This record gives sequence, structure tokens and C-alpha cells, in this order.
Amino acid sequence: LKITETEVRYVAGLANLELTDLEVDKMSRDMDQILTHIETLKELDTSGVEPMAQVLYDADETATLRADVERPTLGQETALANAPLAGNGYYKVPRVIER
Amino acid sequence: MIAELTISEVQAGLRAKTFSATELAKNALKFAEAENSKTNAYLSFCPERALATAARVDKALAEGTDAGLLAGVPLAIKDVIVTKGVRTTCGSRLLEHYIPPYDATAVIRIEQAGGVILGKTNCDEFAMGSSNENSAYGPVRNPVALDRVPGGSSGGSAAATAQGTAVVALGSDTGGSVRQPASFCGVVGVTPTYGRVSRYGLVAFASSLDHIGPLARSVSDAALLLQVIAGHDEMDSTSALAPVPDYLAALDGKVRGKKIGLPKEYFEGVASETGDRIAAGVEILKKLGCEVREISLPVTKYAISCYYIICTAEASSNLARYDGVRYTTRSGDAGTLSEMYKQTRGSGFGAECKRRIMLGTYVLSSGYYDAYYLKAQKVRALIAEDFRRAFTEVDAIVTPVSPFPAFKIGEKSGDPMEMYLSDIYSVTGDLAGIPCMSVPCGTTSEGLPVGMQIFSRHFDEPGMFRLADAFEKAGGFAGH
Repeated sequence: LKITETEVRYVAGLANLELTDLEVDKMSRDMDQILTHIETLKELDTSGVEPMAQVLYDADETATLRADVERPTLGQETALANAPLAGNGYYKVPRVIER
Repeated sequence: MIAELTISEVQAGLRAKTFSATELAKNALKFAEAENSKTNAYLSFCPERALATAARVDKALAEGTDAGLLAGVPLAIKDVIVTKGVRTTCGSRLLEHYIPPYDATAVIRIEQAGGVILGKTNCDEFAMGSSNENSAYGPVRNPVALDRVPGGSSGGSAAATAQGTAVVALGSDTGGSVRQPASFCGVVGVTPTYGRVSRYGLVAFASSLDHIGPLARSVSDAALLLQVIAGHDEMDSTSALAPVPDYLAALDGKVRGKKIGLPKEYFEGVASETGDRIAAGVEILKKLGCEVREISLPVTKYAISCYYIICTAEASSNLARYDGVRYTTRSGDAGTLSEMYKQTRGSGFGAECKRRIMLGTYVLSSGYYDAYYLKAQKVRALIAEDFRRAFTEVDAIVTPVSPFPAFKIGEKSGDPMEMYLSDIYSVTGDLAGIPCMSVPCGTTSEGLPVGMQIFSRHFDEPGMFRLADAFEKAGGFAGH
């Protein structure tokens, strides 16, 4: 087995994702199947190959930088308009630090 | 008939005063809303915005000023592309009430060119899927065969274009999400060179793979829509600086002597009727005077593994922002911030998004990074090198888009790996960042459309469109 239920619960914690017991069971089986398939990459010799993180084209290093000019921003009211809970110009969230 | 209009017919109708842009927009909205119960292609309509654009077009026409390349053209936008003041759900329950405070660059450019946005189209949640069955708002039905999927993730845009409830539409493509639904619905779908179209305002799934691309009922309409949205944008530093050529000027039919490669790896495991249609398509290319030869792209068989590592890794990072703080939905009555994150995400994301977030988090996690993510990035370089080498021998590469035509709703949704494997021919173009497209290539005996895929060199959209246009005309495939 590539991945155990304990590992699935650990990864879900890293991802801030609450999963039900049923979901953990299904996720373990799905991830196991997918990770088993992904293993085939090991067959391929990639020694000396530079990793490709992004599609890049020849250009001056600073070519895509724009002029550092001030521009109007969204503004507090607009920026907060989609917040589930906001007040006094802030996002409101549950307690962060346990006392 | 609205359902069959091309962009040039819209322009001709406006010039001849057969209809005004406002009349056309009203009729198009009425038609699209009435037809939507058949396919569920649209998630929202924006009549006020459509009529405001149409009024601007009518004013420009009356004053004799330039009304734009898309003047009066009724069109649809995939619901992963943000529209100021118009709900943008990404097919997710999490964003059911999200009203973006800004427009995507592609949306701004479309409206500046006079394009009339009718509404937003259904899609797999956060563009993750190959069948549109992962939408929180119900699947889209394929207008060609209503019990079948339209493909995904841009299934709503493909269905609307095929159904005629939009003249053209914008989709997004990360691993085939424009081309595969285009092939399933019998329309043209284009994935431009990476960076050719600004991603500003495209809700991020996998940033190094995400593209915005057009869907249309003809190659020339797709080319014209790309003309409008392409070009550098200072709001997206990965958007390419290369000047945008005149795509319509490339549609000159001069394809005699062009060298076409058929990569043998893309013809293994193809359903027989799909293979037959592509073979018949290749005969058309030969009749047009193209030189066809077999080539090899040996790393192809590793593409799915490579793709599902990279896209899930990037997705797990991009989707971290849906945390119950900024984007409308917060679940439960958690006592702490951490519990609130977990509950919101646990109840908000659908099964496929959760699977990809989990896989992505796993492959990036401590101890696995080198074996998975770094390895996949090296394999990605080899896939790009496969194409680079092939393009020293040939001008274009032709393959099927999908191993099989549209399948029945529910037929494959139980097995995620089987669904992933069906993306085998479409993920490579995104990984290499080269332009590619699906062009209709006839139908199976059941009447299901088959799409032929064309790959071209970086920024050689003109060459790709030239070949596709000549093929479409020779095969009589335009106009659905």
C-alpha cells in the first residue's frame, strides 16, 4: 500500500481539510491507485535534466516588469464585500490563540 | 437564426441594419434562457450588462465610429473567469455568492471589442474534471446527445457554442479542458501558446498550466476571438511580450507541402471509430498536399503521471485561499480559526477538488518532494523536448483529442484514475506550453463528434489556424 489511512488523515490536516471517516476510506483507496500509477515515472532516467517549473521564452530579465506607478486600489469596502464576516474595516475570524 | 450565426454574419447583419445589436442581444438572451433547461450550459445570465454593451455598439454604429472586431456578438464566458458585479462560482458551492470586484483582462478586451456577454457557463468545480460532472450545479448535457457528457471542464462553454446559445465562448484549459469538450460537442476549441492570453482574472487552478482559450463553430471565429484577447498584459507577468500577428490573414489555404507528423504513441488505445475518423481526416490533409509522416514522442506514456503531480501540487497551493475568511462561504460554528478552515473546506469542496488538494499536498510534503514534484518537473522538461525535437522535422502534429467520443453521464464517474487516463492526448500540449486545438473531424456511426487535435510550435497560432481552416473547409466541417 502506498498510503495508509493514518497518512491520509495527516495530509488532510496539512491541507486544512476536514474529511469524514467514509471520505478517509475512499480517499485512501483512490490515492493508493493514483500513486501506484504515478510510480511509473521512476522508470524514466532524468539524470542531468533541468526541472521545468514554468514555460519560459527568451526575454530581457526585467522585460515583464511594469513601471512602479501608484494606482487606485479596490478600497476597503469593496475588498471586504465578499467576506463572510467583517467589521470596522477588518475580516472577522474565530479565536486564533488559545488562552 | 441566432443559433447558427457566425461573427461575420453578425457584422453583416448590423451593417445592413437587419437587426441592431440591442435587438440581437435581447433575442439571444431570450433564446439562451429558453434553451438552457435542455443542457444546463449556463449558470447565470447578465442581461443588464449584455444590453449595456449592445447599446454602446449601437451608438458607435450610429456615429460611424469603430464598433470593434466583436461588435454585437453574443457570447459566453466560463464561470472560472471573473466578471465584475456578475456572480462567478467556478462551479463550486464555496463561491455560490461570490461577486468579483474586477474584470478579467480577457473580459475587458472582449467588451472593448464590442462583444456582448450573455452569461457565465457551467464547468467542473475549479475546472477540475473531464466530464462536467464535478460541477456543484449539476452536470451539463451534451446538445448532440442529451444523455451524454459535454466533456470538461469547459463543458458549458462547448455546449453553449454547439447549441447555438452563444456565437463563441471563452473556456480555460489546464490539461485539455477546452479541446476535449470542443471535440465532444463538435466545435472548434483552441489552447493558445502559454502566456499568449493574460491569465489575470482567470481563477487559478494550476498556474504554470492554465490557459484561457476560445470555443467557436468555425476556425475563423475562434481565430478572431483569440485576436481580441491575445497580447501582453502588465497585470500578468507571465503573459508573453511577443507581438500578436493577424490571425485571419493566415487563413489563406496555403498548406501544400506542409509537413505533418503523426506521433505513433497517440494512436495506441484509440477507440476504433475515433481512429477511423482521424485516419479519414489525415487523408483530407494528404489531398490538400500535406506531407504526412509517422513520428515518435516517446515520453508521452509518462504524461498523465507528470501532469497529475504538477497540476495537483499547484492546485493544492492555489486552493488554499478558500479558507472561510475572504470568499463568501464559512461553515460551522468552530471555536478556533484552524477548525473554521477545516470545516469550511471540508464541507465546501466537492470530491474531485478534495482528491486533488490531497494529492497535491502529499506530493509536496516533506520527504516526497524530490520523488514526485521534482521528478515530474524533469519529466515535463523531457515532454517539452520531445515536441521541440519533433518540430525540427515537421510543421504540425496531428492526433486525436480524446481516445473516445462523448460518454454517457455517470458512465465513468466512479473511477477517478480511469477519468484521468482519458486526458492522455491533451495534457502534453499544456505541459509543453505549445498552441494546440481541436477541430471537428466528422462523427461516429452514432452521430457523436470526433475532434482532431493539431499541435504547433510556440506562437505559431497562424500556422495552426491555416491548417485547421483548410482542413475544416476541405472536410465541410464548419458550422456544426
